[in-house]
Amino acid sequence: MPLLEISNLSIHFGGLSALCDFNFTLDQGELVGLIGPNGAGKTTVFNIVTGVYRPTTGDVRLDGKSIAGLKPFKINRLGIARTFQNIRLFGGLSVLDNVIIGFNRSVAHGFVGTLLRTPHQQREERQHEDQAVELLRTFDLLDRLNDPARTLAYGPQRRLEIARALATGPRILLLDEPAAGMNPQEKKELMDLIALIRQKFGVGLWLIEHDMKLVMSICGRLTVLDHGQTIAVGPPRQVQRDPKVIEAYLGKPQETPLT
Amino acid sequence: MESDRAKPTMVHAARIPSWLVNLGILLILVALWPLSRAFDKYMDGYYLDLLIRIGIAITLAVSLNLINGITGQFSLGHAGFMALGAYTCGVLLKHYSPQGIELRLLFLFFVILGGLVAAAAGVLIGIPTLRLRGDYLAIATLGFGQIITVVLNQIENVGSFEVGGSAGLHNIPMVSDFFWSYFWALICVVTVARLAYSAKGKPFFAVREDEIAAAAMGVDTTFYKIAAFVVGAFFAGAAGGLSATLSGDISPESFNFIRSIEIVMMVVLGGSGSLTGSILAAIVLTALPELLRIAEGWRMVVYALVLIITMLVRPEGLLGNRELWWTRRRLGPSTGPSTNAVA
Amino acid sequence: MHAFLQQLINGLSIGAVYALIALGYTMVYGVLRLINFAHGDVYMVGAVIAYHLSQGLANSGAPVALSMCVMFLAAMAGCAALGFAIEYFCYRPLRTRPRLVSLITAIGVSLLLENLFQQSRFLFGPTPRSLPQAFQSRTVIEFFANSSTPITITNLDLVSWSLCLAVMVGLRWFVLRTRMGLALRAVSYRVDTAALMGINTNRVISMTFVLGSSLAGVAGVVDAMRYQVDPLMGLQQGINAFVAAVLGGIGSIPGALLGGLLMGLVQTLLKGWILQGAYSGYADAAAFLVLILVLLARPTGLLGKPAIEKV
Repeated sequence: MPLLEISNLSIHFGGLSALCDFNFTLDQGELVGLIGPNGAGKTTVFNIVTGVYRPTTGDVRLDGKSIAGLKPFKINRLGIARTFQNIRLFGGLSVLDNVIIGFNRSVAHGFVGTLLRTPHQQREERQHEDQAVELLRTFDLLDRLNDPARTLAYGPQRRLEIARALATGPRILLLDEPAAGMNPQEKKELMDLIALIRQKFGVGLWLIEHDMKLVMSICGRLTVLDHGQTIAVGPPRQVQRDPKVIEAYLGKPQETPLT
Repeated sequence: MESDRAKPTMVHAARIPSWLVNLGILLILVALWPLSRAFDKYMDGYYLDLLIRIGIAITLAVSLNLINGITGQFSLGHAGFMALGAYTCGVLLKHYSPQGIELRLLFLFFVILGGLVAAAAGVLIGIPTLRLRGDYLAIATLGFGQIITVVLNQIENVGSFEVGGSAGLHNIPMVSDFFWSYFWALICVVTVARLAYSAKGKPFFAVREDEIAAAAMGVDTTFYKIAAFVVGAFFAGAAGGLSATLSGDISPESFNFIRSIEIVMMVVLGGSGSLTGSILAAIVLTALPELLRIAEGWRMVVYALVLIITMLVRPEGLLGNRELWWTRRRLGPSTGPSTNAVA
Repeated sequence: MHAFLQQLINGLSIGAVYALIALGYTMVYGVLRLINFAHGDVYMVGAVIAYHLSQGLANSGAPVALSMCVMFLAAMAGCAALGFAIEYFCYRPLRTRPRLVSLITAIGVSLLLENLFQQSRFLFGPTPRSLPQAFQSRTVIEFFANSSTPITITNLDLVSWSLCLAVMVGLRWFVLRTRMGLALRAVSYRVDTAALMGINTNRVISMTFVLGSSLAGVAGVVDAMRYQVDPLMGLQQGINAFVAAVLGGIGSIPGALLGGLLMGLVQTLLKGWILQGAYSGYADAAAFLVLILVLLARPTGLLGKPAIEKV
């Protein structure tokens, strides 16, 4: 059984059909891409899967259990984490705190322990700090440990968002345009980072991206959306040559009559 | 050499062991008692009254900071919670008129009860406001506070319990003293501080920073928003009970919008999100007008000017987002086997 | 039946005044996303200006209608200047800051005005005072004059309605047909983009405040004649008008009109019919209840457009 299974997913906003009959599967450890022109509905898919929107029809199943319409925090606790198209870090909090918040679902002690500062609570807090530092080391963010997240440069901010999402211990990680605004050097580092994440954390990865080179080189499979409709699914090489995909991105070839 | 480039080890901030801190808090609480008796006996009534009011102000400011500053829910109705606690405690104490040791026990019980009534209101107010942000939330909480005031104005009696209506409730046993005022202030500060600055408390800040991201990271934002209101309201209610038994007289008008604004000012001027800031501001804003002997009406003019000028010049308040005891680096990795991290 | 019609007339008259005040709230919120807490107090200053002038005008022997015109114009000018000054000195420096900072500043300005006018006997003083008899409301039209329940329309009713109508027509023309009105609409969508398009956003925002404040001044004069002048009159009226603006859809000019009239009707009918006698005090709470219900059910009001946050 696939880890994530989406069937006949549709959503309407008023009269606008933003997504129509979307189907998708993701297995443990896969790296898959979701591409398409701007406004195609890619982030909408992510928003439905993570519970921000409720689908009009269709279902999303994690490990066979339906999660469509659940609240976002519940879905995260079931094992899906995400980053956002427009970075949503906890800007006023330190880099370290941003990651530690990711551990909030795995806190064993309760409010009594918090108020009394029991040894159990103190131990767990130190543990969280250690774990967070390890994560930040992997993401090369240790030097900015105590700085407010909003003071980071754009590239490190994106990395931090991914680190924070991983801190929640997901089985599936949704990355919404992780390479947006990065220069080629940063993109190369991001690709290495994604490979490392796959190897070290074993999560299933689903990417929304516009950078074709990146997507082609790392994704095992691509789904292409246009105006809410799925127009192609398959390995990158095959999708790249699909005439419908080319048309969606570049428009119809003009017929110029010979004079 | 391998060992020189060894993995940096984590050094945690040097912390005082919590059992020691807990013991210290207990000792302070115990020490408050004889201190209170001494003040009762030797201190001038006027200054003692001022000290007690400062303690109450600290409780109010810190409890509001949990809602406004830490969780980012801009509430303008805190005086409403205070009113509920004040009236619960005042009505019950006046009705039962206990004496002696019974009075002391019932006083503690009624203050807690007042806090619980306010906390229940906190849930009632928290739930509808879950969907509101920023200015809308502020206006809704303002509305709730006003509704509480208006309703209290209309109630003369509840059965055989006298409430007073617009004329107010008078001759409440004046049981408040230095001990209780600072007992509650200490409990409030320790509770809010420990709640906020802990693993289970980080979500409060996350809700303030970005609710949608917080939810995506597994935070039950509904729970945390309501929890902030409940805890904040509880302590405001307790402070209300203390306040009612300090002056002996309360009326719905003493808990109106202006009162809420005075508490908001303490939080804003001290720095939203800074508990030490709230404490400092509570002390200064309560003591200064007294010490400067400013007449009642002009006091508000000065307040208003201070508020406007602060917003223009230093909107983040005295301490901004930081606490007085924070140092630059809270903890960090060591750079090698021979160096220790800065705590 | 007669009583009901009278309540209707009263409600619409009070509502027209709410609408005038509500316009100020809604226009400022439209361009700055700021709830101008001080707006109710600008209204109060208008009433105070009317009071001071009325003292001299009553003795001068000038015809009442002329005196009233003078009071209206003076209040408009005074409040316009006050509104301009408040924006210039207190809100403009904070435009780049988080909105809550401006909100708190607005509260500060409101408190300042209220207490200043309460404390300073030169400005006004704490006790409410009425305008001279000549300027009190007078019945102009009376139906069923011979029955036990006549229906009366006072000069204030007529003034409120005609002002409201004139303002509505004028504003609609201004916002939809003039270049300045276009600039206003642009700024209310996005301030920074409007600036990039060459619009002098400072001037547009100042003008918004000037307009809204002068309308509040006018409302102040009407209410000075209808009720009494009191430094705290801006508090409750401000809340009422603000609820009206939210009800109609904050940021929407027709919404302010609709909301104002509705609020006036609802309040008058509540006070006159349902909440009589001992319960009339609850009518004030009713305004807040309406507010909260609107915020929860339809925060953008009757005529507003929902704003969606992009995730």
